[in-house]
Amino acid sequence: MMRFRFTQTAIDTAQARRELLDLGAGGYVSFEGWVRDHNEGREVTRLEYEAFQELAVKEGERIVADALRRFPVKHALCIHRIGLLGLSDMAVWVGVSSAHRGEAFDACRFIIDEVKHRVPIWKKEHYRSGDSGWVNCERCAAPPGHAHEHEHEHERHDEPAAGHS
Amino acid sequence: MQLKIQYYALMREQAGRSEETLETASATPADLYGELATRYRFTLTREQLKVAVNSEFSDWSRRLAAGDAVVFIPPVAGG
Repeated sequence: MMRFRFTQTAIDTAQARRELLDLGAGGYVSFEGWVRDHNEGREVTRLEYEAFQELAVKEGERIVADALRRFPVKHALCIHRIGLLGLSDMAVWVGVSSAHRGEAFDACRFIIDEVKHRVPIWKKEHYRSGDSGWVNCERCAAPPGHAHEHEHEHERHDEPAAGHS
Repeated sequence: MQLKIQYYALMREQAGRSEETLETASATPADLYGELATRYRFTLTREQLKVAVNSEFSDWSRRLAAGDAVVFIPPVAGG
């Protein structure tokens, strides 16, 4: 089914969105994760993504299948980019189509949250100062209460105005 | 017994390689991690990792068999 996949080049959101089309869908919700210029007080200049692909695609497919079981949506797809990314590049795209908007938002949120926590993907931040570090791996000795959740995106939700949602 | 080990991210850099075939007496992934952590001075503790055998998540106490492919999985950071 390939409802979770990797790409080494820019994510083609127009093509991805077409895969969600369904006559019974009244709209779709998408999430884009972008490369941000800072994290935990440090200036980031680029990110490097790496994945254990054989297992990552299996785990990603399981997440999308979970979402389709939990929420009454039509279709869902997640595409994650790997390799070297610059600022504002899109690292991940999630799209969900459904008859009504509520479950599409819920399923989209579920998928991105689970992908961040479960799929074997790693990112290395390169800093303006010249050094670099693997996120969640090299500052694990951070003091208690220090957030381990490193968000790397700004949110954008799309939904056609003409939908019956 | 011979095992195939693949390394990713921080562990790939610390091991200085992305994979190797290893002759080992380690019977479980937990034993194997102990052996390799000593050899490569991995900074992550086993409690911070997950492990996969033959491209599926595995228990640390699973009995390894000759030819198994083992991957230690550092804390993930997708998205």
